[in-house]
Amino acid sequence: MSLPATPSQTIGPFHGTALPFPGGGEAAPVGHPDTITVHGCLSDGDGAPVPEALLEFWQAAPDGSLVGAPGSLRRDGAAFTGFGRVVTRDDGRYTLRTLPPGGAPYLALCLLVPGLTRHLFTRVYLAFPEHDPLIEALPPARRATLLAAPEAGGHRTYRFDIRLRGGAETVFLAFPDRGGRPGPP
Amino acid sequence: MAASEPLVQGTGRDGAGFAGVTAGDGPGGVRPYVGRVERHPLQPPVPLVLDPDAVERRAPVFGAADVSPLDADLTLGHRGEPLGERITVGGRVLDGRGRPVRGQLVELWQANAAGRYVHRADRHAAPLDPNFTGAGRCLTDDDGRYRFTTIRPGAYPDVTHHNAWRPSHLHFSLFGTAFTQRLVTQMYFPGDPLLPHDSIWTSVRDASARRRLVAAYDPGLNEPERSLGYRWDIVLDGPDATWAEEGR
Ligand SMILES: [Fe+2]
Repeated sequence: MSLPATPSQTIGPFHGTALPFPGGGEAAPVGHPDTITVHGCLSDGDGAPVPEALLEFWQAAPDGSLVGAPGSLRRDGAAFTGFGRVVTRDDGRYTLRTLPPGGAPYLALCLLVPGLTRHLFTRVYLAFPEHDPLIEALPPARRATLLAAPEAGGHRTYRFDIRLRGGAETVFLAFPDRGGRPGPP
Repeated sequence: MAASEPLVQGTGRDGAGFAGVTAGDGPGGVRPYVGRVERHPLQPPVPLVLDPDAVERRAPVFGAADVSPLDADLTLGHRGEPLGERITVGGRVLDGRGRPVRGQLVELWQANAAGRYVHRADRHAAPLDPNFTGAGRCLTDDDGRYRFTTIRPGAYPDVTHHNAWRPSHLHFSLFGTAFTQRLVTQMYFPGDPLLPHDSIWTSVRDASARRRLVAAYDPGLNEPERSLGYRWDIVLDGPDATWAEEGR
């Protein structure tokens, strides 16, 4: 059985009453000593900042677990859910505070950008692992667009800028096998 | 196709900064929405066959801590009843194999009955309704079912096209069991004469795919003497299944 998928449509500019939630970028438990900060700017092909885009981060817990936990939308300050959602500000900037993922050192990132007919996927690598099929398949010049840069003087702070188009355009991903978990037919 | 022609950009509403002022090749003679060119990546997306333990094969989970049952009724939470025709919208969220997507988050946002959003950037000269915000959430049940109570949103001007109106629509956001199944889309109402003239509905180039964005009137979802029922089933898939038919 194969059902045709419901098509995607643009997110539009008016999602602000519905999708952002308080503490969306505060994925790390309050006061957790291992908290890292990932921040940066979303910009377009003219170098202009892109405001009101929704960035969604999904990642493994520090122990490598990918089961997640409920409670992202109304955080209790203690649980680590693995999910963060932030909206880019008027200057295109965003900030996520989270815990470093266990296992492969990347965060999955989905970008929902007004002005696009569908979302984009990429990854935020905190370091490049020794073996990684994605990184190894990329031309060296494009690899750097997926690497969050540790900031000098910043305490566990990483800079990750996203360029939608043009020079130093971020690598965006497609998943030809649809990426779903195998299951009963 | 239209996307290769010179683009004229305007600003505002769902088509914010979008291409198209002149007649195009959509079914109603409108130029289909292609988005803001300066935001479109130039490079094709890099195909990635996911490892069994790839992060994207799993998805965030949501539960009672995230969503209250009251969040599914957009007519609540204010001093009085909102203006407009009360509707019940429901259906099932399925994956490409027809399996229910259970316990996942469905989010909804919309204009009020006069076609106005509660948003600082909405300049449409239609009244706000003090009894309506236009945002809701729910979780799918064990059969993948979701259900919202709300009001039918009004049409509003599409200022990127001369004399164009957006048909009544609900914005939906959905998660699947894999992060790759993320979907943001719009639901439309059956028989709306504005549909073939809408640049965003017609941006889905395949006619059968476009029809899948239109709900059906379903008296079985009515609340008698209270609301009109519309049924809309949603099928999630990976990002590539619909890539071509969206005219991307
Ligand atoms: Fe809209």
